[in-house]
Amino acid sequence: MTTATTATTATAPPTATPTTAETGSTDDPGARTHADVLEAEAVHIIREVAGEFERPVILFSGGKDSVVLLHLALKAFAPAPVPFALLHVDTGHNFPEVLAYRDRVVAAHGLRLHVASVQDYLDRGVLKERADGTRNPLQTLPLTDRIRSEGFDAVFGGARRDEEKARAKERVFSLRDRFSQWDPRRQRPELWQLYNGRHAPGEHVRVFPLSDWTELDVWEYVAREGIELPEIYFAHEREVFRRSGMWLPVGDWGGPEEGERVEKRRVRYRTVGDMSCTGAVDSEAVTLDQVIAEISASRLSERGATRADDKLSEASMEDRKREGYF
Amino acid sequence: MTRTTELPTGGLLRFATAGSVDDGKSTLVGRLLHDSKSVLADQLEAVERASAGRGQEAPDLALLTDGLRAEREQGITIDVAYRYFATPRRRFILADTPGHVQYTRNMVTGASTADLTVILVDARHGVVEQTRRHAAIAALLRVPQVVLAVNKMDLVGYREPVFATIVAEFTAYAAELGIPAVTAIPISALAGDNVVEPSAVMDWYGGSTVLEHLETVPVGQGPAHRRARLPVQYVIRPRTAAHPDYRGYAGQVAAGAFRVGEPVTVLPSGRTTRISAIDLLGRRVAVAGAGQSVTVLLEDDIDVSRGDLIVPTADAPPTTQEIEATVCHVADEALTVGHRVLLKHGTRTVKAIVEDIPSRLTLDDLTLHPHSGRLVANDIGRVRIRTAEPLPVDSYADSRRTGSFILIDPGDGTTLTAGMVGASFADPGPADGAADPAEDAGWDF
Repeated sequence: MTTATTATTATAPPTATPTTAETGSTDDPGARTHADVLEAEAVHIIREVAGEFERPVILFSGGKDSVVLLHLALKAFAPAPVPFALLHVDTGHNFPEVLAYRDRVVAAHGLRLHVASVQDYLDRGVLKERADGTRNPLQTLPLTDRIRSEGFDAVFGGARRDEEKARAKERVFSLRDRFSQWDPRRQRPELWQLYNGRHAPGEHVRVFPLSDWTELDVWEYVAREGIELPEIYFAHEREVFRRSGMWLPVGDWGGPEEGERVEKRRVRYRTVGDMSCTGAVDSEAVTLDQVIAEISASRLSERGATRADDKLSEASMEDRKREGYF
Repeated sequence: MTRTTELPTGGLLRFATAGSVDDGKSTLVGRLLHDSKSVLADQLEAVERASAGRGQEAPDLALLTDGLRAEREQGITIDVAYRYFATPRRRFILADTPGHVQYTRNMVTGASTADLTVILVDARHGVVEQTRRHAAIAALLRVPQVVLAVNKMDLVGYREPVFATIVAEFTAYAAELGIPAVTAIPISALAGDNVVEPSAVMDWYGGSTVLEHLETVPVGQGPAHRRARLPVQYVIRPRTAAHPDYRGYAGQVAAGAFRVGEPVTVLPSGRTTRISAIDLLGRRVAVAGAGQSVTVLLEDDIDVSRGDLIVPTADAPPTTQEIEATVCHVADEALTVGHRVLLKHGTRTVKAIVEDIPSRLTLDDLTLHPHSGRLVANDIGRVRIRTAEPLPVDSYADSRRTGSFILIDPGDGTTLTAGMVGASFADPGPADGAADPAEDAGWDF
């Protein structure tokens, strides 16, 4: 059994070594688990991008989906290194544990990390802080600027179609125009496994290898592969306060306000994002098995439980995606 | 979502739904998700809130799936949406495809990877033009299983003769298309009859509910017996101190199985060697089967690159620069004779030219228009294509993976056409090659 505290090998795929497996293997090519199927398809997508694009990058937040994506990329090219850099959009309100985790992973695998900083845009006066304090919508400009300035032509994201209704409509290869905009009415039909990566100069493609994974698939894969995650995914004591029906963390991002009462609670996170809009859930789960058991029993979806910004309107995700957000 | 920490034993079923506008397809999907307890509390609350906001009395289950602004505004489904749910028996990926005529290409998208398709019919209207179109697409794409769901049985008094008449008409049409077997189920998506729970009012029906059928229908276990094919995606060369000489050919096995020691040929060059090792994402294995993403190492240091196809020497396909195929045109811009395009087959993209469009099919009555010369959006027809380089293509009937291709506009990258190599019911064949010229008058574009 893998626990949060004992899984110390940061997303290290087992390295292929010439062993004795060739002798009398009973491998049945037909016998595969659901996780095997999802893994093989994600790797196929990742390798297609490596084969067809000049300058791909992995959008990496330190959240479980992008962590799994990186793990798959490590496996896809082993024993060679991952031929992509990472790009992190730092809202300035990130969880310190997640930033520490990010830097550990980058160092462990000799990866290159680009950081696009929302704080930097605020300091320069290009972006303005919102009245509600959330910085999630502010990520779009630093992200799309960096994609343009670095000339990234394929941008991997860990988004899953089960997260949200607008995401359920998106292709695995999602073409974005030179303003990074998504037009749901002009999507390319995606036929068989023949992904079309052609694009005009200035356009790029967002690629979602985990499209067909569910939240539970991700957790089961994390457990199976022994992948380390940031500690905030497991139950811990934290000072939180209630806002819009969610437990938000106390921090220098601006919470709590007057009249919001701080409590110390035992919580964990189901998603990783900007502190101003990522809610914690009450939890006793300190191991992966316990997390999986809790999620299996939950009657709330991942985003419904923990994302304030998705509640802004019925189409808030679609609107942000149209502008260039993931 | 129905959460189960134990892996269901029945594996994964990918299926697609198809139906005309107002046949109740979104309601069926909503009912399937709702009654199988695949909808979480907050998602249902959102639907209840939205339904109440429009003054509807009951939650509109179609709102569970129509996710785009325009879809909610118009109350129709524009684009394919993918849904995920599980029961203790099996996991499902559902491609929920639109019914509108102008979105036929989206049905092709959904059907291209489906193991099964559910075609919905309104019991009051029976088999209509769209039904025939959906059946024809399922046949063209060779979706292995077809389910006919006769919906709105509540509106025809749950009468068996209504159901029997529709089934007889559909089955006859399906047989003409070469669809081997059809499973027909009388349902009411709105009332919940025979979707997840057996109907209390149709005791004349002794078959499975829709969900039971989806849970138990056999899924093609990767055609392991078929000809082995490995399109090379990427060459892995670490050139590190630990792996100075490693040279592996990465790809997903498209069909069949490969074994260590097996003599293989690399196409299109035709060079032969043997497989010296297979890495299955970090594990050395002796055999790799269809669907697995692997890295193959070869005994000899021959020239292999992305786009090549590794095949067993004993079972190598011929290569050709002349491809005849049935295609579905999916772009707004027409495809015409003389069109210069890119053709992507497996991992190889080559220049190509459309040499001939010998016929165009009318799906409504399966008539062929000879020498149409062009195909417009959503048309299905035959094409002859000449490629700049030789390609090892299989017949689509033998392999959905290596018998399929897409045509791409070299200018802006638009996906133009979905192609299926070899004969199909849309193939005029030598006998009907000279179709009645009187039909020409019926051209309607």
